[in-house]
Amino acid sequence: MSKLKVVVVGNGMVGHHYVETLATSDVDAEITVIGGETRPAYDRVHLSEVFDGKEPSDLAMTTREHYDDLGVNAHFGDFVASIDRDAKTVTTVGGQQFSYDKLVLATGSYPFIPPVPGHDQAHCLAYRTIDDLAEIKASAKGKKVGVVVGGGLLGLECANALKNLGLEAHVVEFAPGLMGVQLDDGGSQMLRRKIEDLGVKVHTSKATQLISSGDQHRLKMEFADDTELETDMIVFSAGIRPYDQLARDADLKVGERGGIEIDYQCKTSDENIFAIGECAVLGNFIYGLVAPGYRMAEAAVSQLSDDKVSFTGADMSTKLKLLGVDVGSIGDSKGLAEDSRAFVFSDERDDVYKRLNVSADGKKVLGATLVGDCDDYDTILQYYLNDIDLPENAENLILPALDGEAPSLGVDALPMTASICSCHNVSKGDVISAIDGGCQSVADVKSCTSAATGCGGCAALLKNVVDFELTARGVEVNTDICEHFKHTRQELFTIAQSSQIKTFDELIEKHGTGHGCDICKPAVGSIMASLWNEHVLESDLVQLQDTNDNFMANMQKDGTYSVVPRVPAGEILPEQLIVLGQVAKKYDLYSKITGGQRVDLFGAKLNDLPDIWSALIDAGFETGHAYAKSLRTVKSCVGSTWCRYGVQDSVGQAIDIEHRYKGLRSPHKLKMAVSGCTRECAEAQSKDVGIIATENGWNLYVCGNGGMKPRHADLFATDLDTPTLIKYIDRFLMFYVRTADRLQRTSTWFENLEGGLPYLQDVIINDSLGIAEDLEAQMQHVVNTYQCEWKTAITDKEKLKRFTQFVNSDKDDDAVIMVEERGQKRPATDAEKKRLAFKAVS
Amino acid sequence: MSTVICKVEDLTKNSGSCALLTQNGQQQQIAIYYLPNTEQKVFGLGNWDPIGQANVMSRGMVGSIDDELVVASPLYKQHFSLVTGKCLEQDASLPVYELAIEDQNIVLKS
Ligand code: SRM
Ligand SMILES: Cc1cc2nc3c(=O)[nH]c(=O)nc-3n(C[C@H](O)[C@H](O)[C@H](O)COP(=O)(O)OP(=O)(O)OC[C@H]3O[C@@H](n4cnc5c(N)ncnc54)[C@H](O)[C@@H]3O)c2cc1C
Ligand code: SF4
Ligand code: FES
Repeated sequence: MSKLKVVVVGNGMVGHHYVETLATSDVDAEITVIGGETRPAYDRVHLSEVFDGKEPSDLAMTTREHYDDLGVNAHFGDFVASIDRDAKTVTTVGGQQFSYDKLVLATGSYPFIPPVPGHDQAHCLAYRTIDDLAEIKASAKGKKVGVVVGGGLLGLECANALKNLGLEAHVVEFAPGLMGVQLDDGGSQMLRRKIEDLGVKVHTSKATQLISSGDQHRLKMEFADDTELETDMIVFSAGIRPYDQLARDADLKVGERGGIEIDYQCKTSDENIFAIGECAVLGNFIYGLVAPGYRMAEAAVSQLSDDKVSFTGADMSTKLKLLGVDVGSIGDSKGLAEDSRAFVFSDERDDVYKRLNVSADGKKVLGATLVGDCDDYDTILQYYLNDIDLPENAENLILPALDGEAPSLGVDALPMTASICSCHNVSKGDVISAIDGGCQSVADVKSCTSAATGCGGCAALLKNVVDFELTARGVEVNTDICEHFKHTRQELFTIAQSSQIKTFDELIEKHGTGHGCDICKPAVGSIMASLWNEHVLESDLVQLQDTNDNFMANMQKDGTYSVVPRVPAGEILPEQLIVLGQVAKKYDLYSKITGGQRVDLFGAKLNDLPDIWSALIDAGFETGHAYAKSLRTVKSCVGSTWCRYGVQDSVGQAIDIEHRYKGLRSPHKLKMAVSGCTRECAEAQSKDVGIIATENGWNLYVCGNGGMKPRHADLFATDLDTPTLIKYIDRFLMFYVRTADRLQRTSTWFENLEGGLPYLQDVIINDSLGIAEDLEAQMQHVVNTYQCEWKTAITDKEKLKRFTQFVNSDKDDDAVIMVEERGQKRPATDAEKKRLAFKAVS
Repeated sequence: MSTVICKVEDLTKNSGSCALLTQNGQQQQIAIYYLPNTEQKVFGLGNWDPIGQANVMSRGMVGSIDDELVVASPLYKQHFSLVTGKCLEQDASLPVYELAIEDQNIVLKS
């Protein structure tokens, strides 16, 4: 049987999900996808992040190569112009023709631009695609004022984007309130107050009649009430319209207010044509969110296989942060149903508004509106979605708790079908089968079910379910560091800090048992160093250092050591290069340039280490801490000093930063980098702390990782001046040092941090925990007490005592045997050793 | 018979050191661990790590696992009993040397 030919029109989020789902299903199909935009599908939901420093490529959901790998034929930058239903072909504007057995329309929608005279001149823009963003950016460049027409969800998001571009942002809304679709009057007013506090100017009940040219600014908007507003640009966000022209031309049935009509199987009026996503209308309703679009895509794919699934509608509740304001809307949020009864809580001091709509008998949630505080969203949503009976005093669900915690819905009350993650359609039942299948942690369940990897809104709920289920199975979520301490690393840190404990012996005597081990000892060593910053070879601390720290060098496979001097930012004097060469030659060390912009000298004998370091220190080198869980390198590119694109002095910045944080002991090693412009030659986004120069200052990225599980760093703050940059890094690093588990890089620490990036930003930038000053002081202590450990050691007999091969002999270890390769020595292999031994005997 | 190896002050508390011993013309490296807070105080094992294949056991970290005193190999972190020389994770063991402190000297009993 020949393959089923499936042609997909549109490669937006939903079209892509369809392609991906079909390509990885059992259906034997030959898939062609035709996308009108020039790039493969991208994440439209997070479009505005491009204004916060993300690159368009960060939003990509797929690539041409990935489609190639899946065997999908993909055509981009060409629109389908017509469908011939009899011949079962489609023809593109570019003249290409494709024949199909099944056709899928996923054409999405386009922004509605009100036909006001003057709307079609330059600097009147839309906000829907990556190309739109480029136009908005270009238009905003060097200008002062921007207007968004439309005070709905997207309009407000766009206003935030304009604000981030440095414009004075205005929102012009035709209706009397903001977000009229989702919010009731009270909620809408509260939102308005909050947004105005943030400096966005809101104009409601304004009908634009004409857009003409302005006097002070490029454009002038003239309103029906005879008022005017001048602006440099206008972005229309006054609603969307489904792209249904293609379907109309082909005589497919369309809805009264547009949209391609579909049934529960996502079929249009032609049984060989499906429509999914924002272009489709089911029962006169357009589902303008991604999650329902994904469900349609899955339902449509299933029609081609044996187990068919229907799409019967979807929940449209949403939780968002708009201009930093939490806004939530659930079900019948305005209480329009006849028997709806409302509880309303309004706090004009803290700007919080909540409305809970319940059935007349008080038993069920019908909907809710939340502005300024969405903490109750998850709980209310679960009552609503699962039709759970409300407790007696339902108003407590939205009232601030007078003492103790607000009532939360126990996750055990949720039925198996309860949706935990709507982005990836994961139910409580799915989570439980993942746990039955062996998942032991939230991270396991995430990677196994994809839950909480979309918008991330469900992370807290997922954690509750997983923790509850694990506990119910008697899986003790044991976080003790090891058998010697019934504490986590974080607890040990707090204990040592608050009781001023400075030795391991005191800590284990008071708070542990036994003699310690190679897990708790180095961890405590690291805590002691972060807190008190004494020399690692102080007599009470020696026993805590792992082999490498113990000899301040990395042990190699044959028991010899490597030597890595610090080369801040990779900048090095010719004289120092010469000394490196001389030392390497004198002690016969293998030399290699490392991946961290410095030089590693291998094969040093334990008893030679002090002499080697004396020579290096004389030449101005310091220890590079290559052996320590502490700052390794701050990599840098050459920056504005030499490079024609550089916008700041990245080398200077990297050197300063390397000197500031060198020697800071942390739960795991730390790597940083500074790039002089957005080309990012220093690869800062793969570092624990990454800094990228901008025209106006520095963008700070955190929690990146190379290594075993690479992770792109998250953009943390933009356009910082140097003092602010340093302040944030101080706080960030110390917060990590205090709270991470042992051997947890910043990336894994961050992945497990509840509340994610917004929480971290809140702690570091807004000082939400009130500890910022403390963190800075602690960092300053570490900076002030820095010493080059090797410099101190080479003048201290007691510390040097251990740098001998044998306590009772000057001989060398006769098991260390080197051979030569490419002009340098290296450890002999076993076979080589045997051959050499044989030669020596014969 | 007792052979003096070194002085107590040559050792480092709660850590290991290495001594070279020549017996019957054969050189042997002994890892000596000095744990003043235990009853036995000094422990001797072979310095050759049979798993990592290098003379490094003296540079491992000492501690206890389930009340058994152990040293962790500095190369790949397997634990060996200070008393029996047996590896806890794998089928391997180290030779055990009987050591004692006499007049501030570390001596080998045999
Ligand atoms: C020398 C060097 C390789 C080279 O020849 O270039 C190197 C060598 C070692 N790396 Fe590395 N890494 C070196 C750059 C890197 C890089 C690249 C970088 O820093 O830009 C990475 C990936 C970036 C990152 O860490 O995010 C890297 C990721 C690792 C990892 C995996 C870490 C992770 O989070 O997944 C380990 C294992 C670990 O730390 O647990 C590791 C561990 C090691 C150890 C310490 C393994 C060991 O215990 O013996 C090696 C010891 C070297 C020695 O004896 O001096 N090395 N290692 C590089 C030294 C850089 C420096 O100047 O300090
Ligand atoms: C700024 C913004 C923020 C948003 N925030 C959220 C949010 O937080 N949560 C949420 O759930 N939803 C959000 N949405 C809505 C969400 O993006 C849409 O629901 C979703 O993208 C719809 O996907 P789709 O594939 O149906 O349509 P689209 O993503 O619009 O994709 C349709 C694609 O088809 C192409 N096309 C159209 N006609 C043709 C043709 N004839 N031939 C070839 N190609 C064609 C179009 O160019 C387009 O690329 C947001 C939307 C925007 C713009
Ligand atoms: S990649 Fe592996 S082998 Fe290479 S240096 Fe790093 S740790 Fe060693
Ligand atoms: S709901 Fe979006 S990731 Fe789970």
